[in-house]
Amino acid sequence: MRSPESPVLTIDGLIKDVGPLASLDGKMLRVVSGLSMFAERGQITALLGANGAGKTTTLECAQGLQKRTGGRIGLLGEDPDTAGADLRSRVGVMLQDGGLPPSARPIPLLRHIAGMYRNPLPLDGLVERLGIDTFSRTGVRRLSGGQKQRLSLAAALIGNPEVLFLDEPSAGLDPQSRQIVFELIAELRDAGMGIILTTHLMDDAQRLADYVYIIDAGHNVAEGTVADLLSHGHEAMDGVTERTLFFDAPAGLDIAAAIGHELTVTESRAGSYAIAGTLTPQHLAKLTAWWAEQGIMPASLRLEARSLEDVFLDISGRDIR
Amino acid sequence: MTSTIPLRSTHHAGPATLMRRILLQGRYETLTMIRNGEQLILAVIMPLLALVGLTVTPLLDGLGASRVDIATPGVLALCAMSTAFTGQGIATGFDRRYGVLRFLSTTPLGRTGLIAGKIIAVLAVLVLQILVIGAVAALLGWHPRPEGWLPGLGLLVLGAAAFTALGLLVAGTVRPEATLAITNLLWILLGALGGIVVPAERLPDLAQSIVHFLPSGALGQSLRDAFLHGSVSLPYVLVLLLWTVVPGMAAVRWFKWN
Repeated sequence: MRSPESPVLTIDGLIKDVGPLASLDGKMLRVVSGLSMFAERGQITALLGANGAGKTTTLECAQGLQKRTGGRIGLLGEDPDTAGADLRSRVGVMLQDGGLPPSARPIPLLRHIAGMYRNPLPLDGLVERLGIDTFSRTGVRRLSGGQKQRLSLAAALIGNPEVLFLDEPSAGLDPQSRQIVFELIAELRDAGMGIILTTHLMDDAQRLADYVYIIDAGHNVAEGTVADLLSHGHEAMDGVTERTLFFDAPAGLDIAAAIGHELTVTESRAGSYAIAGTLTPQHLAKLTAWWAEQGIMPASLRLEARSLEDVFLDISGRDIR
Repeated sequence: MTSTIPLRSTHHAGPATLMRRILLQGRYETLTMIRNGEQLILAVIMPLLALVGLTVTPLLDGLGASRVDIATPGVLALCAMSTAFTGQGIATGFDRRYGVLRFLSTTPLGRTGLIAGKIIAVLAVLVLQILVIGAVAALLGWHPRPEGWLPGLGLLVLGAAAFTALGLLVAGTVRPEATLAITNLLWILLGALGGIVVPAERLPDLAQSIVHFLPSGALGQSLRDAFLHGSVSLPYVLVLLLWTVVPGMAAVRWFKWN
């Protein structure tokens, strides 16, 4: 846990009910239940969770797009529900579904949005940097997912915002767009922007985030830097550090006989082994001694710490993908 | 691809003035509407067909004035319904589906600016319609009472307000496909039987008793009163006001932005 220094967003005990829903006999559904977080200036803060965990709802409450049921939200120190044009001009938003009119063309659309600001960023730099010039004559309707995401990002940045919200920024991105977008996001962070993004992809969080909140069933269940979550955070939870040892060797070896039964041994393909659990140096010594005894030389050998996905599975008990 | 965006860490963009934001959005929506082929058919071609059709057929004979004098005010009312209700309703419904309303309401434009922009677009397209229909009607021999213009234009604006409120109410509460179906169906039903282009006395008995209370009938009849006789009938004004305020309040209450 940390305490806020120069936060752009603080959320305290957010509650959001939706409904009434016919599928619940006309009852309300609580989609966010007591979520608390904050996001610092000059940092990328990720909300990581499975679909339906409440990430987008949280973001939309922070953006003033949905009225919260309870809790407090401070966006640049103001309440987003009563925000005026001045606050909106300091906040950039990239929605999950883009929010771009299908009949528009990229450049006139960006120029139109730029007109909403007194002193917008010059379009040329944004257009070139995000590669929009390569599809500037194509209507939004016919853009690929990656092109739409890049255009949405440009639209969110035109006002030179202090806070940038990105809802699933890598959704639909091809590898090239992903590279362009991720580099730019990191650069914006370095320039001092406070960036809040949601993702259900471990890889995004691991590559981009300075600080991660893991969201499950409408509230935050764990938080920390990626490194914290991978090591200390986990030890704090149950006092062990898990690793997995992968190696390729002749098929059908009785590994458990060699190193004992406290570890999980799997042979996913013939000759392709994974030993998972609380691996100790003693385990490795036993294993390599046994190999030497048997005259086995593995074709490959790789040791991995827990992935963020393992952390997530431990905490929420459900698959994120 | 490696150029650096000239971010400014101290000087912020700030919002443009409210007036500028609203006018920009109004211009943008107007251009979007008149560049859309289907919208143009609905807004200009169909009313022109109605005007010519009613002028060359004897449908309106025997009502005490020339065919074109009776037909034109109703066709202007039809224009208001096309643009404010069907056109605006469908456009808003699909903007809602694609998240355009949500995105724009996070920019300095905001929800108020968005609605104001839509109203400006409806009025701008209505002006274009009045110019086109008025010019063609003049060629066909339309002689409106000069003193009918002031109340006539006022009624058109009021009618457009009522139909905009109704269009936004439909667009904000049901799926866009349903908005498309409802607003097109009502356009045809009200256009044919709603007392808008065909005066109430030429409608079946059942329709006659209802149309005076419908926005279509109230607008059509009151515009005929204005342009044929130079008179304003307050009951129709009241009906149109009610059709503006009640659906308007309902839209404020139930409009779903996402």
